[in-house]
Amino acid sequence: MMKKKYFLNAHIIDPKNSLDEVGGLIINENGKIDAVGKKVNKNNIPSREKYIDLGNKHLFPGIVDMRVFVGEPGYEYKENFKTLSNAALSGGVTSAVTMPNTSPIIDNVSIVDFLKRRGRDKSKINIYPTASLTKNLEGKNMTEFGLLQKKGIIGFTDGIKTIQNSRLMSRIMRSAFDLGSLVMQHAEDIDLAENGTVNDGIISTKLGLQGITELAEKIIIERDLSLLEDFNCRYHISQISSAKSIDVIKKRKNEVNFTTGVSINNLSLNENDIGDFRTFLKLSPPLRTEDDRLSLVEALNKNLIDVIVSDHKPEDEESKRLTFAQAATGASGVETLLPLALELYHNESVKLFKIIETLTSNPAKILNIDKGNLSIGNDADFCVVDINKPWIVKKEKLISKSKNTSIENKKLQGKVLNTYIKGEELYKL
Amino acid sequence: MAISNKAIKISQKHLLGIQDLSIKDINYILNEAKNFITLNKSKSKKIDILRGKTQINLFFEPSTRTQSSFELAGKRLGADVMSMNITNSAIKKGETLIDTAMTLNAMHPDIIVIRHQDSGACNLLSQKVNCAVLNAGDGRREHPTQALLDALTIIDRKKKIEGLKIAICGDILHSRVARSNIYLLNMLGAEVNIIAPSNLMPRDLDKLGINQFTDMKKGVTNCDIVMMLRLQNERMSSSFLSSNREYYEYYGLTPDKLNFAKDDALIMHPGPMNRGIEIDTKLADDMNKSVIKEQVELGVAVRMACLKLFCE
Repeated sequence: MMKKKYFLNAHIIDPKNSLDEVGGLIINENGKIDAVGKKVNKNNIPSREKYIDLGNKHLFPGIVDMRVFVGEPGYEYKENFKTLSNAALSGGVTSAVTMPNTSPIIDNVSIVDFLKRRGRDKSKINIYPTASLTKNLEGKNMTEFGLLQKKGIIGFTDGIKTIQNSRLMSRIMRSAFDLGSLVMQHAEDIDLAENGTVNDGIISTKLGLQGITELAEKIIIERDLSLLEDFNCRYHISQISSAKSIDVIKKRKNEVNFTTGVSINNLSLNENDIGDFRTFLKLSPPLRTEDDRLSLVEALNKNLIDVIVSDHKPEDEESKRLTFAQAATGASGVETLLPLALELYHNESVKLFKIIETLTSNPAKILNIDKGNLSIGNDADFCVVDINKPWIVKKEKLISKSKNTSIENKKLQGKVLNTYIKGEELYKL
Repeated sequence: MAISNKAIKISQKHLLGIQDLSIKDINYILNEAKNFITLNKSKSKKIDILRGKTQINLFFEPSTRTQSSFELAGKRLGADVMSMNITNSAIKKGETLIDTAMTLNAMHPDIIVIRHQDSGACNLLSQKVNCAVLNAGDGRREHPTQALLDALTIIDRKKKIEGLKIAICGDILHSRVARSNIYLLNMLGAEVNIIAPSNLMPRDLDKLGINQFTDMKKGVTNCDIVMMLRLQNERMSSSFLSSNREYYEYYGLTPDKLNFAKDDALIMHPGPMNRGIEIDTKLADDMNKSVIKEQVELGVAVRMACLKLFCE
């Protein structure tokens, strides 16, 4: 049993409880939250107890990252649970939803036990594994949503792949409706996106790379939302990248129930950042135009986008030191998710409260977990952040096993100082 | 012989694309190449300004004219030229481009000429080797020496490029020749008309400062030069186009379409040609109009100039 902990003078933002005030936090011997907010002050603390004065630094609920790839099992050389959790903690991420794109694929109950065990033993953060929607990601036969859920699977997605077959998708939705399962779709029409590596536009034309039209994303979203009218399951669009998709979402938001995510990369970068074939910026969905980026930011502000994810996809150097066409897709990002998101606050694009909401309470609500908040009685998962601290991203300083950051040498403002899980300090800058 | 050893400074270490060059660089290369035209016509074609230098040709894609042109160019300048046969090399055994580059780099070449099916392959190579890298075509991105030899051919016949109206017609989407030519001809002050069916037109191409046409007759109207591109047959199977004969009907260069161009318009083609698909066979061989053979001839001179200027 641990000692009670007292924190004072923190700028606390807890969107779930509509908290945005300077105050304190009390954690009890069981690592649960006893009290939080402005009513917590020196007078609440027994005189002989020590307290930590946070000097007006920010205190946020631990971040819930809804899209994280871990290399375990099969690609431990890219990232394992231990390295993932250390990287996550340094970025204030206390809960991560892991993708099923491992080797073997997470598509049956026998592997879930292994996964839960490894996640529990090797990871200090809360791991919420997803399983694939279809067996072996083949897009043909559904996995056992019900049995997998019972084993602790939080939701279903083919991760980097899309359910292309409309009949199968309708059946997935029907089953998911029956079983209360969460379906997360990576929206990309396989034929329209074939061999594509970047946005279809002036950059693909100049670099001579096969483009991916934004229609590839839009068509799947339109189809799925049409299906959803009839088969109303819990449905989440993993990530969107373009203004065209937002048009669809805007039109349909009041007609069907669904939620939408966006990668911090698409919110913060655009296709010009690819420069001279920088393979670390080969992403899926691809970075698009500045106009697309701006409309994503606007959509976030207008509640058309619900969550920001890191889309953390660790890739070893060998997978990236190739020509752009051959290089692996994806960027490492779990530890820079919050600092990069804070850029949107510093450049006055998005309010701080909104950013924290899309990183904590919103994903928790979609996942139906009691995380990402500072409610009394809950696990004290939180981070202390100096939102003004300047630093420069250097890949050799990243904690993740893979160093494929999309923002090498970027100047950021805001760094996590401490991360706590169940009241225990597991990271200190 | 007017070929001097005087060092001319090119702004770039490597020749990766026309995009990286300044107008000054381009004029250096073209002027230098003019000297080599004369040399290539003389009885003794060999000089020794690159004696002791090693040139490696690394062709990952099949090529007849570009590879032989580079090989000849290097030999005429006195360099030791080695052409790697990729089909027998370690690359077939799974070695990556970077590893191949490191291996070759350890042999201390002075220049590597690379052709690769992936756009940007030459950029990647140039980051890993100490010598100059010359791009002989990367994916669909750039083919700088082709554009330079096209410019030299045009200058040779028309005495200038500025103010000329030049049509480029065919599979623009997959063409590195088109891209390099667009950059170069734009820089030298030509007006460029791009003609292609929509399926073979890259997106946002108009942002590169060209006029776009899907109607060939409109596109070639009043042009001084009509440059045809090779139609790659695999485009048919992937449904970019319905058939060769329909393509020929609408985008093949035939006398009736050429009539819309200026009377003294010249026909160009980077080769290899598909006669009867993108170009009428008689037009291709028309001595008065077609400069296709001249393009090949001047290609050697341009590559000699590039080898000389980039091989410090």
